[in-house]
Amino acid sequence: MTYLSGKNMVAAYDYNVPILNNCSIEAEKGELAVIVGPNGAGKSTAMKALLGMLEISSGSVTLAGKDISRLSVQKRISLGLAFVPQTDNVFPTMTVQENLEMGAFLRTDDISQTMAEVYDLFPILHDRRNQLVGQLSGGQRQQAAFGRAMMTQPTILLLDEPTAGVAPKVMDEIFGNILNLKNSGRAVLMVEQNARQALEIADKGFVLVSGRNEHTGTGKELLANPVVRRSFLGG
Amino acid sequence: MPGFTDIINAIVLLLNFVFMPALSYGSQLALGALAVTLVYAVLKFANFAQGDTMAFSTVITILITWLLQKSGITLGFMPTALLALPFAIIACIIYVLLTDKFIYQYYRKQNSKPITIVMASVGVMFVTGGLVRFILGPTHHIFADGARFIITAREFKAMTGLAEGLAIKTSQFLTITIAILLVGFVFYFLQKTKTGKAMRAYADNKDLALLSGIDPDKVVRVTWMLVAVLTSIAGVLYGLDKGFMATSYNQLLLPMFAAVIVGGIGSPIGAIVGGFVISFSEAILTYAYKKFLIYLLPAVLQPDSLVQFLGTEYKFAISFVILVIVLLLRPTGIFKGKVI
Repeated sequence: MTYLSGKNMVAAYDYNVPILNNCSIEAEKGELAVIVGPNGAGKSTAMKALLGMLEISSGSVTLAGKDISRLSVQKRISLGLAFVPQTDNVFPTMTVQENLEMGAFLRTDDISQTMAEVYDLFPILHDRRNQLVGQLSGGQRQQAAFGRAMMTQPTILLLDEPTAGVAPKVMDEIFGNILNLKNSGRAVLMVEQNARQALEIADKGFVLVSGRNEHTGTGKELLANPVVRRSFLGG
Repeated sequence: MPGFTDIINAIVLLLNFVFMPALSYGSQLALGALAVTLVYAVLKFANFAQGDTMAFSTVITILITWLLQKSGITLGFMPTALLALPFAIIACIIYVLLTDKFIYQYYRKQNSKPITIVMASVGVMFVTGGLVRFILGPTHHIFADGARFIITAREFKAMTGLAEGLAIKTSQFLTITIAILLVGFVFYFLQKTKTGKAMRAYADNKDLALLSGIDPDKVVRVTWMLVAVLTSIAGVLYGLDKGFMATSYNQLLLPMFAAVIVGGIGSPIGAIVGGFVISFSEAILTYAYKKFLIYLLPAVLQPDSLVQFLGTEYKFAISFVILVIVLLLRPTGIFKGKVI
């Protein structure tokens, strides 16, 4: 049984123009799943459907076997999902520490343990904990965004294009962080524009075209697939 | 050369006629501007109803003050209005929450453009102003009772033996003390409490705040409550100092907006600094320096004119000019606020 699974999802912003047509996405604990595909393929939409930011008209979303298709975003977050949006994913005029506190807003128990874990994972955040997040570099800001999302102690992290608009060197750093998150036993699902690099580190890959699964397989399989290479990876 | 006492007299003169009035008027502006900036930061619109809401709270205070005075309850040498103030704060909280529920909430849920909500607040301004005039009329009311001065000019002169007196009005003393306490409280609340941080988070990034589980309705509610407290206290302190008149409250809008923009829109500390920039500019530019210069200059150089840069009737022009200068030279304001 897969941990987070969206099966045959159909969803639309406008009733007549479905963005997702029978799209299925899965993510397993301790694994990194990647959604790739051309612009407008419905990658981010698939993620929003899993999160509940967009209602699906048919299909289902299950978490550890439990149907969560009809739950609100807040409810799904309290069940262990965490989401890092592509842009505006931090509170820029608040300090790193305050950002983490806000991530744990719904928790009523002691959060210092979780905060220590986040600082362990991202030591630079500990050094900068009293600095405003708006003053951090792009890579550090992304770490703060990951850290904020981890404060709910999620079992699965959903990342929407975590490397969008960052320098190649920073991109490697971010991918490194993502692997750390995965190795800590969580499930990680991300949408990624940089398909080749993403598939190289992915355990599972989903290639979406026009809202349906065009190819599915392990990262290596997809990279080796000549059709995928020709169509999506530039040869 | 002026003698030592001449210099001291000149300084006391300025303290009495420029510094003290500017400090208390600045505190009143700062509290009002803080309310404007909080609404802007959290609810994303410039609240034109601020001045008239201050008038509304003051009207409630005046009515309750009269009631208390009729029943023979006073506060000794302190103004009775202080006893009425808590009731006015509650009335103001109810009033702003109702305007939010019936007016602003609709536009917020629609995701309306800020200018649409600003126009709605102009409507609230007219209705509130009308309500205020309906209750107390357009005339001037003085509702400060108790001792008028903490230290009178004569007492000061007797104590120091100087020719000039430094009077401290009860309203000035109250304004400055209460403003310090209130501003301290607001900053503590915003920086240290969970609700205050949630407010800042919501102001910073609304969507991410929702994703973090922050309840937007609660943030909006708390913001209005805080705004009502600031508004009521600013209004009553201003009224104790200068007396109540509906139009003068409406006219406070310009210096308060100027204070917010000078300080940096959405920046609480900026609103406070901006309030004092405006009040001190007004006081310094409209004061007649004749007597001051007579103390300091040799007889041949002493002026015949008033040596006043601007007549007091032009004091609103000062806010306006500062506003224009800031928007031209540093649109983000002193503390790097938002640019509209």
